[in-house]
Amino acid sequence: MKNLRAGAVLDSTQATIAEAAFPVPFAQGLEYGTPARGTWNIVHTGMLIPQAHQIFVCAAGCLRGVVLTAAEMGLEERFSTVEIRENNLLDGDMEELIIEGVSDILQRLPQMPPAVLIYTSCIHHFLACDLDRVYDILRQRFPHVGFAQCYMNPIMRKSGLTPDQLMRHGLYSLLEPCPLNEKSVSILGNDLPTDESSELYQILSEEGFTIRDITRCRDYAEYQQMAQSALALTYNPAAIPAGEFVQQHLGAKHLYLPLSYDFDAIAAGYDALCDTLGIARRDFSKQRERADAALRHARHLIGDTPVEIDYTLTFKPLGLARLLLSYGFRVTTMYADAFLGEERQDFEALRETAPDLLLRPTIHAGMRFASREREQKVLALGQKAAYFAGTPHFVNVVECGGMFGFDGICRLAKLMEEAFCEEKDTKALIQIKGLGCGCCS
Amino acid sequence: MKQTARIISTYAADVSGVCSALYELGGMTVMHDASGCNSTYNTHDEPRWYDMDSMVYISALSEMEAVMGDDEKLVGDIVSVAKELNPKFIAVAGTPIPMVIGTDFAAVASMIEKRSGIPTMGFSTNGMHSYLSGASMAFAGLARRFCLGETEKTEALGANILGLTPLDFSVNGSAQDIKALLEQNGIEVVSSWAMGSSLEQLERAGAAHVNLVVSYAGLETAKLLKERFGTPYVAGVPVGREFSSLVVQRLYSAARTEENAVAYPKKARGHFDGVIIGESVMAHSLAAAALLEQGKNLRVLCPLEAEKELLGADSLHVHDETDIAECLAGERLIVADPLYKPICPKDAVFVPLAHEAFSGRIFRRDIPDLIGRGLNSLF
Repeated sequence: MKNLRAGAVLDSTQATIAEAAFPVPFAQGLEYGTPARGTWNIVHTGMLIPQAHQIFVCAAGCLRGVVLTAAEMGLEERFSTVEIRENNLLDGDMEELIIEGVSDILQRLPQMPPAVLIYTSCIHHFLACDLDRVYDILRQRFPHVGFAQCYMNPIMRKSGLTPDQLMRHGLYSLLEPCPLNEKSVSILGNDLPTDESSELYQILSEEGFTIRDITRCRDYAEYQQMAQSALALTYNPAAIPAGEFVQQHLGAKHLYLPLSYDFDAIAAGYDALCDTLGIARRDFSKQRERADAALRHARHLIGDTPVEIDYTLTFKPLGLARLLLSYGFRVTTMYADAFLGEERQDFEALRETAPDLLLRPTIHAGMRFASREREQKVLALGQKAAYFAGTPHFVNVVECGGMFGFDGICRLAKLMEEAFCEEKDTKALIQIKGLGCGCCS
Repeated sequence: MKQTARIISTYAADVSGVCSALYELGGMTVMHDASGCNSTYNTHDEPRWYDMDSMVYISALSEMEAVMGDDEKLVGDIVSVAKELNPKFIAVAGTPIPMVIGTDFAAVASMIEKRSGIPTMGFSTNGMHSYLSGASMAFAGLARRFCLGETEKTEALGANILGLTPLDFSVNGSAQDIKALLEQNGIEVVSSWAMGSSLEQLERAGAAHVNLVVSYAGLETAKLLKERFGTPYVAGVPVGREFSSLVVQRLYSAARTEENAVAYPKKARGHFDGVIIGESVMAHSLAAAALLEQGKNLRVLCPLEAEKELLGADSLHVHDETDIAECLAGERLIVADPLYKPICPKDAVFVPLAHEAFSGRIFRRDIPDLIGRGLNSLF
């Protein structure tokens, strides 16, 4: 591979952080896909709305992955498809196909669902399909069904809101405005429930707030109760547009409480939460001490074992690397294809404090042939890191796994110790889609 | 309504068929797609992904590249990677958006080949046909490109196996067992298209005296090889004890007469005991084996591309969920992939026979290897 000048976009499969550019370190071109599949896709996320039915309108090739996602979840009865064929492109009947296809499916369902998520695709975008008219007609035909406008249009992933952001927005678009309850708070935009042991939960529950989260809703009525919340919290960066939508549409206040691995930033976030809720700020010194002790304990056990981290474990992989390096962990490698803008500070800090930290892409074509053998035991944080490092010692978590705040750091440190001590069946575990959604394959 | 599926699955698409067909041959296959095709293929359509490295990529087409018709980005990216990885050939396959914007894959392939010096094939797939169509294009493309010169025929009876992919045969040993069965019967396997053979072995396909077409995906290539080398073909999968012997006999007789043949009966058979759903060659072969071994007369329902010469006179050729459900109404015995069960009559006896091209990896461990074996494990 080529030698690289500092700060360049890299046409290579590895470089030190000192050499790399921010936020996209590696050249973009042909893409490879690893067999690590634990992150959720739009089907998994859409299924979070209880009792809702999903209908995808795409070409067969695009339907294949999503229909089998639903099947692997064992939720085929909540999933249907309308197949676009060549004649539809030539005939210009795309609107009619959606309207009649969705109507046909709804009429054939054993029970009318309270909500339907319709996923249109890249083709509709390129053919300028009149989706407003489509939804108007469907709402007239089925006045008791809520229709959510969802998208499977990966061609837009580099333009405007990403499909992931759009999905999280669509997830809350069915909430109907109602009087706000000042003692109700919703956590928006996560696929996995936030740990009840987190300080976030403790603050809210001890102050008498009802905490609502789509991941814990048991039925559609409970989902609709999220509309009552006077405060909408997000900490997944991809959920910020959903929070802004809820603020605009329902009148709730949106508070983005960034996930962080910096002790001061965590405490500042909780202060902001308390201020927003109009409650007294809290002292988190004991929680800080516990997190500090947990990290020291893990460091003592894990010692100088190399640690490799990938971006699927957490929304803030650079922040995590920075924290672990500050505690003396030997973080050697970070797998990521791009970083969020809000990680710039951590990136710059790591360039100063850990200039030899190796960055590696996950989708670069050359990664197909990257060595998956290491000379010594490696602890991986995340499935892609486990795959590339070829290690059975890994923390099997995606999308933060519900871990938040000081408590989240304690739990992660514990998981690192467990992973260090016990081997996992990497091949079997990382190939399960949508970790935590109930998929069985 | 046609084109809707309330509950059943979707078959793997043409673009996956291209990738699957070419997977083991040392080439580089690029799906011209934004995203999604790669994960669909490597999760659900490609059981070899974890353990066998192959250069299968997506182009990561963006909205702006599509709007501007920027084929230069596609060509440049492929040439750049090809120069690093040095594949034996390059294949570029299309998806829906390239079709919408009218990508000329033949021209793209020509540009790539000119710049890289590596043989390149373009396939105008669009994600709107099944894997059989894509695999068929890929195999035929290989034959056109690489089976060029005159080749001396093998001393013993030589055969090529055509149309073999994990989408129809999974990775349960069936591919190896077809080869072993032929060899046990004195037939030299020149090449297997394309599981367990190298590109160099495929190039020698003209050395065979006869071709065994084990799926619709192999038919076009069989016709090409017939035209180019005069090699006759036999369509059939050697499943079951008795039917597999019949397939071997048909190979010998076809080599002798130089006439193409279909190993299973195609004439109308009147009263049926049930229905078997599947790919045309496999389903008819299983039906023939079931009749020979079990006395069960199964009607074939083929929901995929098939040519008339591969279908029985009584066979049903329907695709849409409502049409299939209508055909299944009143049936007492149904042999099909488990994901068809929700549209089968409740009182029918359902015999699950998972098909990787339909249910992906979900039931992979239950897919039986029936090559040369009795059907007891099935019925």
